[in-house]
Amino acid sequence: MTDSIVPVKEIEEKMETDKMWIIMGPQHPFSHGLWTLKIKVDGEIVVDADPIVGYLHRGWEKETENRTYPKIIPMADRLCYAASMTYTHLYCMTVEKALGIDIPEKAKYIRIVADEVCRINSHLMWLAAVGTDLGNLTVFLWAMREREYFLDLNVKLCGARMTTNYPRIGGVRNDLTELFERDVIRTVDRFEKALWDIIALMDDSSIIVSRMKGISYISREQCANIGMTGPAMRGCGVDFDIRRDDPYDNYDKVDFEVPVLTAGDSYARYMIRIEEMFQSCDIIRQAVQKIQALGKNAPYRIKTPTKVPAGTHFMRMEDPRGESLMYLVSDGTDKPYRLKVRSPIFTNVSTSKVMCQGCRIADVPAILAQIDMCLGETDR
Amino acid sequence: MSVVVEYTSILDFIGFNSYSLMDNQYYPFLDEYNLPYAISYGLWKIIGGTIAWLINLIFPGNPVSEWLMGDGASTLFALIIFMLIIFIVVFVCTLISLWMERKCLGRMMDRRGTMIGMKGFLQCVADGLKTFMKENTIPGKVDRMTYMWTVSLVIGVSVLVACMIPLSGRWFVVNYDTGLLIVMAFFALAPFFILVSGWAQNNKYSLVGGMRAAQLMISYEVPMLIMIATTALLAGSFNIGDIVYAQNDNVWYFIPQIVGFITFFFCATAESERLPFDIAEAEAELVEGWQTEYAGMKWGLIMLADYFRGYVACAMVTIMYLGGWTLPIIGDGPIPEIVFLLKTWFVFFLMILVRAALARVRPDQILNIGWKVFMPLSVVNLAIVLLLKVGGVF
Repeated sequence: MTDSIVPVKEIEEKMETDKMWIIMGPQHPFSHGLWTLKIKVDGEIVVDADPIVGYLHRGWEKETENRTYPKIIPMADRLCYAASMTYTHLYCMTVEKALGIDIPEKAKYIRIVADEVCRINSHLMWLAAVGTDLGNLTVFLWAMREREYFLDLNVKLCGARMTTNYPRIGGVRNDLTELFERDVIRTVDRFEKALWDIIALMDDSSIIVSRMKGISYISREQCANIGMTGPAMRGCGVDFDIRRDDPYDNYDKVDFEVPVLTAGDSYARYMIRIEEMFQSCDIIRQAVQKIQALGKNAPYRIKTPTKVPAGTHFMRMEDPRGESLMYLVSDGTDKPYRLKVRSPIFTNVSTSKVMCQGCRIADVPAILAQIDMCLGETDR
Repeated sequence: MSVVVEYTSILDFIGFNSYSLMDNQYYPFLDEYNLPYAISYGLWKIIGGTIAWLINLIFPGNPVSEWLMGDGASTLFALIIFMLIIFIVVFVCTLISLWMERKCLGRMMDRRGTMIGMKGFLQCVADGLKTFMKENTIPGKVDRMTYMWTVSLVIGVSVLVACMIPLSGRWFVVNYDTGLLIVMAFFALAPFFILVSGWAQNNKYSLVGGMRAAQLMISYEVPMLIMIATTALLAGSFNIGDIVYAQNDNVWYFIPQIVGFITFFFCATAESERLPFDIAEAEAELVEGWQTEYAGMKWGLIMLADYFRGYVACAMVTIMYLGGWTLPIIGDGPIPEIVFLLKTWFVFFLMILVRAALARVRPDQILNIGWKVFMPLSVVNLAIVLLLKVGGVF
């Protein structure tokens, strides 16, 4: 700009061009949920962004204080529509840690299978959203089609599609149903092939790749300072996955790789999530083998006391979207004194200013699709 | 001059005995035979003849009946019916392409597409009725007059240009020597109105959408015109009929101009604002772009106009590169109109394939594509054609 013959800057200052706030949301096709992103644009270029969340606040944390521990399980399902299993799992783990009990081996593996199915579910939901945000409806419908198979697995496992209400304090609600092992392996085998179709549709298209490559760069340091977690963080080169580095249940007994990329752009985040789906398939296979080795009559649930001893406990886990954490303060009764949820997206969405600065309006949906918004857990 | 006839029976009024289309002194198409006009002229002979006969029954020997059957009145009323016929045919063709898009996209996406009546065709009618029954809302603080006339012109220009496309040597509205240029000129008008309309709506999404329409236009218009000039150079005329018959005499122009064919296909996709290039109404970030504030019937008509433009784009590709309404050995054939429409729908099918496979490009990318890819390719195409022309191949 400085060495151009025409003094662009001076002319612009003379013209007093104004920057414009565009308020995207709460009802907007790009906001997959109910939230607002205010962006300040200079022509087509975004110079500032300001996320506003909270439209979906239901007082979840307060509500839990009036319920007994088992009654919070179905509520935990409602934290995130796409990843209900992981939140229920997290809640059960938190209470189990407070109780100081160890659950049966089989229950741990079943939870792993259920979690990974849920992770693939959630990632497919994200992939579908990326498709529409980039303007391609085929990706959306293909991803949703694949997701149906995994929702069917949920039905097979516990009878519900989305709000599963499956894990229990001290195990899981029911044993694996008949032929579930066979079905899950078949679904996973089939899915690995079908996912390549979608990858071919996305990655072979230079338009789709160029919409994601090299935009919204976040450095390792920025990522750590903001507190970004999950696949978005691993796309920035931070090699951290709670499943591997702080294993819960039996994740230390299954063998999997944590994909890490150092590019730090939108495309890296996309690739991380795709690779995670393949890794989840591997984990499911290993866990099913372990379950089969334990035999049919192995216990899957133990009885637990209704009252939790006084104290504070927290547990964290690798949600499909990042690190979710529950902090429990119990006062010795059968109801929690306080239950705090740390939602990964609540932190991740605060990066939208960093991510959107310098990009164009058309990039905003493509960038924020990589956060994988879910407002249920963000606003609680 | 017409012969003075004794009007006695209804058949005399209908005038099959003295049926003379080309002898009419006001015949609007010079020496050329025009099929839709012939149909409408015959229709008016029947309708007008019946009316004249009825009037004559009540008031025998009155001059109105004679005037109704005269040359001037016949031409006037025949032209009105002619316009209706042209419009209805184009309208049905557009609805078929709309239905085709929904069905084919459905198959490509592993779903069924529309399902209501006649393999889903009646869904178009249902949607049309629905939009017509919606409340006609105009948001406050818009520039009401500009808001209305821009959208009317966008729709009007699209319908006009769709009607101006000839379906065959005998099915046309005008047959100018600069036909292709006129079609192109009307085709390129809409983005101006979109720009003004986006400004008038008092909505930031519309404003950005309108600006993008202008941005889109400056990126594809120049290469598109170069390719039209190339085709005219090859055929030696801007007349649509001449271009088609020149291809019939030599070879379909997509063979010598394969580069131009592919480039023009994508330019035409951009011109009709279809998916990889629909940045003016990018629904992911701009809600509905410049159409955001248009509700109900207006929005329905805008959507329809989009498909009119899609039809025109395909028709232009067919005329310029796929031999129009001719077929290699049989030439014109008995029903050239059907051949033309089948080719047009084939091109439209290619557009559907592109839409299913690709994502929307960014506005800055479209400028890059327009000026760094389309522009050099169109010049390369021009160079090839010049070489062929100088080398004496054509």
